[in-house]
Amino acid sequence: MREVVLRAPDDYEGWRDAARALAEAGVPAEAVVWRAAADAPDLFVSPPEEAPSGDRRALRVPRRFVDLAELVACHRDPERFAFLYRLLCRLQDEPRLLDITTDEDVFRIEMMAKSVRRDRHKMTAFVRFKEVLVEGAEPAYLAWFEPEHHILALTAPFFVERFKAMLWTIVTPEARASWDGSALHFGPGGSRDEVPAEDATEEHWRTYYVNIFNPARLKVDAMKREMPVKYWKNLPEAQLIAPLVRSAGTSEARMVATPQKTVPKRAAAIVARADEARAERDAPPTAMGNNGLEALKREALACTRCDLHQFATQTVFGEGLSTADLVFVGEQPGDKEDLAGKPFIGPAGALFDRALGEAGIDRTRAYVTNAVKHFKFEPRGKRRIHKKPGVGEINACHHWLEEELKILRPRLTIALGASAIRSLTGQSASVLSVRGTVLSSALAGPVFVTVHPSFILRLPDEASQTTEFGRFVADLRHAKARAAGEDSTPAATGTLL
Amino acid sequence: MARLDITKKLAVLADAAKYDASCASSGAKPRKDPVKPGGIGSITGQGICHSYAPDGRCISLLKLLLTNHCIYDCLYCVNRASSDVQRARFTPEEVVQLTLDFYRRNYIEGLFLSSGIIRSPDYTMEQLVRVAQLLREEHGFRGYIHLKTIPDADPNLIEQAGRYADRLSINVELPKATSLEKLAPQKQAGTIRKAMGGLRLRLDEAEDERKRSRRAPAFAPAGQSTQMIVGADGEKDSDILASSANLYSGYKLKRVYYSAYSPIPGSSQSLPARKPPLMREHRLYQADWLYRFYGFAMDEVVGATDGGMLDLDLDPKLAWALRNRQRFPIDVNTASREELLRVPGLGVKSVDRIIDIRRLTTMRLDDVAKLARSAKVLRPFVTALDWTPGASLDGTHLARAVKRPAEQLSLF
Ligand code: SF4
Repeated sequence: MREVVLRAPDDYEGWRDAARALAEAGVPAEAVVWRAAADAPDLFVSPPEEAPSGDRRALRVPRRFVDLAELVACHRDPERFAFLYRLLCRLQDEPRLLDITTDEDVFRIEMMAKSVRRDRHKMTAFVRFKEVLVEGAEPAYLAWFEPEHHILALTAPFFVERFKAMLWTIVTPEARASWDGSALHFGPGGSRDEVPAEDATEEHWRTYYVNIFNPARLKVDAMKREMPVKYWKNLPEAQLIAPLVRSAGTSEARMVATPQKTVPKRAAAIVARADEARAERDAPPTAMGNNGLEALKREALACTRCDLHQFATQTVFGEGLSTADLVFVGEQPGDKEDLAGKPFIGPAGALFDRALGEAGIDRTRAYVTNAVKHFKFEPRGKRRIHKKPGVGEINACHHWLEEELKILRPRLTIALGASAIRSLTGQSASVLSVRGTVLSSALAGPVFVTVHPSFILRLPDEASQTTEFGRFVADLRHAKARAAGEDSTPAATGTLL
Repeated sequence: MARLDITKKLAVLADAAKYDASCASSGAKPRKDPVKPGGIGSITGQGICHSYAPDGRCISLLKLLLTNHCIYDCLYCVNRASSDVQRARFTPEEVVQLTLDFYRRNYIEGLFLSSGIIRSPDYTMEQLVRVAQLLREEHGFRGYIHLKTIPDADPNLIEQAGRYADRLSINVELPKATSLEKLAPQKQAGTIRKAMGGLRLRLDEAEDERKRSRRAPAFAPAGQSTQMIVGADGEKDSDILASSANLYSGYKLKRVYYSAYSPIPGSSQSLPARKPPLMREHRLYQADWLYRFYGFAMDEVVGATDGGMLDLDLDPKLAWALRNRQRFPIDVNTASREELLRVPGLGVKSVDRIIDIRRLTTMRLDDVAKLARSAKVLRPFVTALDWTPGASLDGTHLARAVKRPAEQLSLF
């Protein structure tokens, strides 16, 4: 029988070095007794033997074992080092063992690690510092804490990181950790009496605790599950729990049963003043710019003609020059347009801008809008999937397009895709069959048809994207020339299917 | 008016904040921005609950209102202009002092500051930003800061708020725009959504900037969240869930908090004066999880409700499974991760473990039971090496058999 004596109850490194040497030498788990300096010595152990010699084997363990072992070495179970060593030996023959969570040993190490993790977490949560003021010295902070496992050294760095600029000491029954502003020191354990019983801030803290509690939601079990009673004796707020719980019923009844007695006299005046201020802010500008397009835009913000307004962020109205020769009509705003409230700014908008640039069209001299002014989508996890607007929505929203065009009276309207064709002509057509033709619209006059930029984005390969982009630019050039009256070739007149 | 001392103010302004359910301090990344030497604080990323109130809610942040004066008159709110509660107002310095005092004693992870609206949305937002600025710049505070954002406030103020805060939130308040019109006539659903949309664009932008340069300034690195009041206006769970799906997908919210409408002292006659529906709130959170972590579409969750209401006796996953029995039993040894996630009694962690284990061995029912939260619930829905549920899936008693007895709230 070999005995390994570790320096401290949480001496993971000592265990690791010894375990490595023993396992490399092939010493079986049953032949080793492990003891930490502070544990009671095992009386039935023979004195340590010389390090074994003989065949050494190279050790391999998964990274996860290392992480677990570091935690489990702090567990208060007296068998922890022996158990870890046994698992280390098993892992040499069963390298994937840790994945089998249903194995007894794996189950046990996970449970032990969980318990240590929880204890550490509770320590970070429930340590309560008390301020100690001494004349002429910086304030010092002292805390008393009773961990379940040997976690002080492992957890102290958390407090260093958080309270670097403070001088503090955490005393536990078994050891203490002190931070002097530049280094961490460990010393012997102590007692609760070393830490002052009160702190000047506690009254404020208790005031907060009492008032943040909503008596109408009493859930004592949930509280006890997360804040076990064993921690209460060190929490300044805990003495309030019993009275709060006892009076909760009455307080709640009082909340429910007390109708408002009086409305403060000033209330009406306050509200009226606030309403006035808001009305002033939201009022349409008196000088009506852009020939009434602004007013129309404001009006459309509150549109409820179809259901789309319920889910979208905002109405995305058209934008551009009220005297534009060219008016572009797309389908509907997309995700980004919906968030920003501007048309054609997402990926399709970027492609559109690029094409306009190549065709020599200045976007700021044109007007860009959509057949449907609200984004239609389907929520999917953290994304919204674009959905084609239906005829009902196109028809409902037609009102706005009509009003826009009445004001704009463009030379040429460009329909980008099928929804725009539908809204402008009232009829359905496949885009590709009437592309490049000019349709006539009772509403807009001549309507030139091309694809929607997102059609190009959806093409699967780069080659066809490039070709289609070229065709799109050609269409735009053509439209520009036509609007300028430079186009001598009579455009084919489209027929609707 | 007599001046209140700080303890009195604290009592009034903590009390005014207790109806807000959101409190988590998780999800933030440690601040690397240069801060004053001698600063204080750190962020762990998972958030720490430093205490629990007897209502079972975690106390991780000092949750306060800067003031409970308000120029608005939302009927569900205890701070509405026409309410006769006692009013108080902190100075920014007082909030800063309390935060630091509490933080140094390890009572809290940081501050969650909200406010009634005074003077104007801009003025109020300025005051909130001021607190965060003092904490970060004067005191080198590196703990968590969550600021409530006033939807109407100037974008420049929101920008500043995002510089100092870890998280920003805008409350949607009520799941239906019509309820908002009725109960909070001065708030508009449109304005609230627009503000959230703007925030999301800014968060996306900040993320892009960070990808390009590590030194790009952070903007609300813990993202945005929101709160919805449940049970104030006869809305259905399906309305609430549709609203949540919309919020998560549109604004990439980190969390939607559901806050069961709680009776408030001196409540308006047009609101229910009764106990908050806590179980309903719990079921909504479970349904929310199914959407966020289990690959359920909200339509599916809503499909398993009774006329739009979640079953109070069954958790929503079980309710869904009972209505979709044709999809079971699922073979734990061959099913995909997506399928396993649909099995009642299995959580994300257990599913991942099953997938690890079955690469090495074929699983028996006992093995699965060890990983599951409840073996009893699980059994009718799976097959394993030594187990087929037989006809139990068809049994009309299945629902009763797997239902857990309703939890009794025990008294102290
Ligand atoms: S899509 Fe058009 S019609 Fe429908 S609500 Fe929006 S603006 Fe009104």
